[in-house]
Amino acid sequence: MSILIEKTTRVICQGFTGSQGTLHSEQAIAYGTQMVGGVTPGKGGQEHLGLPVFDTVREAVETTGADASVIYVPAPFAKDGILEAAAAGIKLIVCITEGVPTLDMLAAKASLDAQGVRLIGPNCPGVITPGECKIGIMPGDIHLPGKVGIVSRSGTLTYEAVKQTTDLGFGQSSCVGIGGDPIPGSNFIDILEMFEADPETQAIVMVGEIGGTAEEEAAEFIKSNVSKPVVGYIAGVTAPPGKRMGHAGAIIAGGKGTAEDKFAALEAAGVTTVKSLAEIGNTLKRVTGWA
Amino acid sequence: MNLHEYQAKQLFAEYGLPVSKGIAVDTADEAVAAAREIGGDKWVVKVQVHAGGRGKAGGVKLVTTDDEIREFADRLLGTNIVTFQTDENGQPVNKIFVEACTEIDRELYLGAVIDRSTRRVTFMASTEGGVEIEKVAEETPEKIIQAIVDPLTGASPFQGRDMAFQLGLKGKQVNQFANIYMTLARLFDECDLSLIEINPLVVTSAGDIHCLDAKLSIDGNALYRQKNLEAMRDHSQEDERENQAAEFNLNYVALEGNIGCMVNGAGLAMGTMDLVKLHGGQPANFLDVGGGATKEAVAEAFKIILSDGEVKAVLINIFGGIVQCNVIADGIIGAVKEVGVAVPVVVRFEGNNAALGVQTLAESDVDIIAAVSLTDAVEQAVKAAGGAR
Repeated sequence: MSILIEKTTRVICQGFTGSQGTLHSEQAIAYGTQMVGGVTPGKGGQEHLGLPVFDTVREAVETTGADASVIYVPAPFAKDGILEAAAAGIKLIVCITEGVPTLDMLAAKASLDAQGVRLIGPNCPGVITPGECKIGIMPGDIHLPGKVGIVSRSGTLTYEAVKQTTDLGFGQSSCVGIGGDPIPGSNFIDILEMFEADPETQAIVMVGEIGGTAEEEAAEFIKSNVSKPVVGYIAGVTAPPGKRMGHAGAIIAGGKGTAEDKFAALEAAGVTTVKSLAEIGNTLKRVTGWA
Repeated sequence: MNLHEYQAKQLFAEYGLPVSKGIAVDTADEAVAAAREIGGDKWVVKVQVHAGGRGKAGGVKLVTTDDEIREFADRLLGTNIVTFQTDENGQPVNKIFVEACTEIDRELYLGAVIDRSTRRVTFMASTEGGVEIEKVAEETPEKIIQAIVDPLTGASPFQGRDMAFQLGLKGKQVNQFANIYMTLARLFDECDLSLIEINPLVVTSAGDIHCLDAKLSIDGNALYRQKNLEAMRDHSQEDERENQAAEFNLNYVALEGNIGCMVNGAGLAMGTMDLVKLHGGQPANFLDVGGGATKEAVAEAFKIILSDGEVKAVLINIFGGIVQCNVIADGIIGAVKEVGVAVPVVVRFEGNNAALGVQTLAESDVDIIAAVSLTDAVEQAVKAAGGAR
């Protein structure tokens, strides 16, 4: 078991023939992901990386039976790509694209909620179930099939957490990058709920950062809904207020969204927090008692 | 991206929102001429900077004579104004906005933001005009009246009327307010805004609703489709190094410390700064070279970090996901040779080709401290910068 994706997940790529789509589809195929085709409007009928290219997601789904789609199209076309995938019956959309206008996401998210479609991202590294399926841009070789569920707003911080849990031999059940934008398709709570229900996941690492109140809301959720041990890290203790720290969503606005508040909320919910990002793995070891 | 008040009001006027007659000027002579053109015998002159708190800092004045206008303009144009929202250097005053004076009966607040929790555009109004909304939210949250815009149907006039009645508006004011609400909702959508603040929105002595101030922010991700607004960007109000970094797709934020940080990924960049602090050091900056950092980006990042004279050591932390560490190593070597680095440089590589990256650095003739772990890297950088404080 795992969450969101597994060995049998059939994946198509939107923006398949572009540079990003090509690079990361190649790596996904090499990892063992069941890539079944791709979509680039106007290039339907061609073959790319040994897979069929379709003009529309609808055709791709009808022909390949795909159940997940990964999106690498440029930001101005991301909303359209997300809505196209949903309209074609895709139930899991992973949008890697950075720089999507916030109002586009507001509208897309409202539509997806009404249709019951799950979106991960945008502005995220994607999702991986180690040894089974990799959808996104994360380096596959640092992962190890195992028992830790990792959820994070940041790509490279996810990799740090992955590396540390791999080095200690714990491995990961699934890793989900929910992305650094103010309006993510899925939030911490969505993923925590899945990890709690997943028998493979025995402990959870949650990596948050400044901006918004998603971590505080997650803390409330954990308090009454998560029985598994959770280790929490928040980036941005040293971030000055009012400055956007790389991610569109990483900004302390009007005194809200500070790392201190988030650490405090997590601690109050019984989460073991880590102040040094180098200590995520060791803290997990201590909390779980794993050898 | 932020707009100046005069730019926001220009946009308001195009949308038919009630604003005062006003002219933005660059010199004292123009300011006097602008007052003539506007007419009347009372004006308000305001410095145009990207910061709140102008009034308390002496950047807003009610004037009645040419001499007063001239004195205000001569004293402030070309200087920096420090308000509670700026740093100690303040913001440069390059323009002054001359506006007809409005007789005020009541001051209200009206604003709109994207609420990240509910994922909706949310309007907030309050009877506490002139007061910061954060303060009202903290001290008297019951005084904030909200209207949430439905993403499917858009704003509805009833929401505007409802807010108006709750604000105690009467007669024609109710529909005036509802119209303003509907127009602002349209403006928010059409201009890809992330924030509107009208503080204060006033009831004039003639009983009309009027936008006395205007603050607008535009979603940076949407600038590609807001060319007219992007053209209003005032670079003088922004940090020079941040702009220089942005040209190379680098995210840079200057801080007060002495350890320059170069990291790939925004989260890891913040995490690295925090780790420096945790080990007793002070980060000089946030710098994210991006998930797909190139040799050129690394070289440029180096130059930006070193342009800060306070930097006593540089800490490079790269987790090679997409990028290969040996490529970054080449970039570092090239940059060190090109710009000549006089401070210690500590490097930590992890991920793709990390060992090869370390080897590349070791075999080069540039003086670089290769760290064995993240914690080691931070400790070495703190030590190199003069030790923990």
